Amino acid sequence: MNVLLWVVAPYIALTVFVLGHLWRYRYDKFGWTTRSSQMYESRLLRVGSPLFHFGILVVLLGHVGGLVIPKSWTEAAGVSEETYHVVAVVLGTIAGVCTLGGLAILIYRRRTVGPVFTATTRNDKLMYAVLTLVIVLGLAATVMANLVGGGYDYRATVSPWFRSIFYLRPDPALMAGAPPLFQLHALSALLLFAIWPFTRLVHMLTAPIGYLTRPYVVYRSRDDMRAGSRTPRRGWEPSR
Amino acid sequence: MRVMAQLAMVMNLDKCIGCHTCSVTCKQAWTNRAGTEYVWFNNVETRPGQGYPRTYQDQERWRGGWELNRRGRLRLKAGGRLKKLLTIFANPLMPSIGDYYEPWTYDYDRLFSAPATEDTPVARPRSLISGEPTKITWSANWDDNLAGGPELAPGDPVLKRVSDQVRLEFERAFMFYLPRICEHCLNPSCVASCPSGALYKRSEDGIVLVDQDRCRGWRMCVTGCPYKKVYFNHRTGKAEKCTFCFPRVEVGIPTVCSETCVGRLRYIGLVLYDADRVAEAAAVPEEKDLFEAQKSVLLDPHDPRVADAARRSGIPEDWLEAAGRSPIHKLIFTYGVALPLHPEFRTMPMVWYIPPLSPVVDVLRDTGHDGEDAGNLFGAIDALRIPVGYLAELFTAGDVEPVRAVLRRLAAMRSYMRRLNLGQEPDESIAAGVGMTGEQVEAMHRLLAVAPYGERYVIPKAHAEQGAQLEELATGCSLDYAGGPGMTGPFGEASGPPAPVAVENFHALRQRQAGDELDEADELRGRVNLLNWDGKGTPEGLFPPKRKRQDNS
Repeated sequence: MNVLLWVVAPYIALTVFVLGHLWRYRYDKFGWTTRSSQMYESRLLRVGSPLFHFGILVVLLGHVGGLVIPKSWTEAAGVSEETYHVVAVVLGTIAGVCTLGGLAILIYRRRTVGPVFTATTRNDKLMYAVLTLVIVLGLAATVMANLVGGGYDYRATVSPWFRSIFYLRPDPALMAGAPPLFQLHALSALLLFAIWPFTRLVHMLTAPIGYLTRPYVVYRSRDDMRAGSRTPRRGWEPSR
Repeated sequence: MRVMAQLAMVMNLDKCIGCHTCSVTCKQAWTNRAGTEYVWFNNVETRPGQGYPRTYQDQERWRGGWELNRRGRLRLKAGGRLKKLLTIFANPLMPSIGDYYEPWTYDYDRLFSAPATEDTPVARPRSLISGEPTKITWSANWDDNLAGGPELAPGDPVLKRVSDQVRLEFERAFMFYLPRICEHCLNPSCVASCPSGALYKRSEDGIVLVDQDRCRGWRMCVTGCPYKKVYFNHRTGKAEKCTFCFPRVEVGIPTVCSETCVGRLRYIGLVLYDADRVAEAAAVPEEKDLFEAQKSVLLDPHDPRVADAARRSGIPEDWLEAAGRSPIHKLIFTYGVALPLHPEFRTMPMVWYIPPLSPVVDVLRDTGHDGEDAGNLFGAIDALRIPVGYLAELFTAGDVEPVRAVLRRLAAMRSYMRRLNLGQEPDESIAAGVGMTGEQVEAMHRLLAVAPYGERYVIPKAHAEQGAQLEELATGCSLDYAGGPGMTGPFGEASGPPAPVAVENFHALRQRQAGDELDEADELRGRVNLLNWDGKGTPEGLFPPKRKRQDNS
């Protein structure tokens, strides 16, 4: 059971995540968009959307710090476990609450503003459900562990397990002992990663960082865009 | 010098009768789809009026285009790159659907399905955005022909700037029409605003396009364009804009709006410009110098040095030749009557306008004067400060001198040609009074009044060696696409692999034959709209479905 949950499931989710994105990018470039609904309603969006997005960016950074960077590195840099823990809990809770608050506003908006609701697909609803579940479980895990148990050092169990997946030496035992809320959070996240490539969340992977460095005005030649800017499929190139 | 070619347009406002044929044919050709109901790549505004979307010219509110920063360098008025990325989650400067209008349809079905009653059934308006019954309070042309004048016209941002001398006495109101398409600017701020680099300027002909595959729906181009000519398709989540009908001009025929213009007021041709000098010219400190600066970027195609540089930049010989015959170049330089729209936005717009003399002529005629007499006209142009000031705010950042010069030339042409028409001796002094010769005046009159198709539209074809790349000529088997062409993919509106244009046409035709609404034809499935039937084949629903023969034997 442990192997199934903490070895098989992560690899399946990871494979679907990577291959799914590759497939979607090749198959459906036109559908790769944020599908913004700002045209319909902007008053609630102006509060909810930045709150959610900036919140989730901080949460993302926190996860990179907590999961990817080994404990030994931060300790070598002179950050003690207590300091790390306090910073992580305080920042994480604030960011988590912002994210959840933003998400609540956005979901409320989606449900109550007629045009926005009409533009919501079943795919979106599923995505919202899973995303909310992940965020709620994550926030609950943090809050519960600190309110009830006086802190849980996930950097001794969850983080090494997370890294072990990428070393291709997965160690399910590490995760088996984690508190149930952490386990559920991880599992729901795996589900989110598995549906990610097929939802509107793909817009995150094309965050326009390149805008900061590219020249303002873009010129392109007609030569670059044969057959409507897409490369023709192999075997169907036009004759020269 | 880096010479580039640009397809440009001139519109002669004196000839616009405000019939909206250009808008309607453009809409039929390009934006008759769900998600683009409110999108008018071409629209015709009545001036004075608020324009479309409402008050788009007020850049203190919408912050489109460029401005100069403290060091005198160009900066996007809505903020630099970092600010753009930080406001990407909710763009504070984006117009909402209410600033355009809420598109609607009517409950036509009620006319058929209502039970027999005393009262005639009514088709009530229904919003195409929310699907709810709606009240129509605004549309793309609500203030057409100064409708709602005393309430609406004062909202015109251009009028506000000349308002100290304006009394809107509507019995003496001046009015003209302003058809607008995308300006295909030399220094496009929409392109500069696009975070994903999906908007681009085509290097061959300068047409500004949106790569639908790279657009991610960040919406910054809508803010960036001061003319508000980039629209957001709310169904697909992608930006769309006027394409200068590139599939048409690539084969040498004019845009749909030009082709169908009943007043024949549009001219299309090439101009050559020096791409290296664009940024510098767009950054001249004084707004009133922008008109001249913009002209100075354009090059004389007859100058052998320009021709040499153009050849070095890879401009084909037939394009050079077309640039030499361009009506645009003649109207801007040889006759000097075309002016750009709002040069103060610093985007170097490439749709130019010949300002209308008719408000002036109308006033003269209404006051009992001879509206064709050069002296009267010259005097009126100088005296009628409101129309001239208004035109200057539109075309020359408020500098009345260039507008006055153009109007005087048009007035001189009127008087000069009248004498010829009446069989009198040509009066060279009229032409000389505006710095032209009689011959030039006659040539200008020919171009403005009687020029045939081939002189109004000088459009060189895209190069034939690229022909195989044009989508229609795809050599692949066009039906051989996964999932079946014309199908809706799993991610909503038109997702899935690209279908070649011909296949799309085929299926669009099939769809049109089987329904008479743009979207949601579900309830009509099974019925055929005979008006759309091309007479070929028997589309499904034309006859009742065949019953399977019962096997009794």
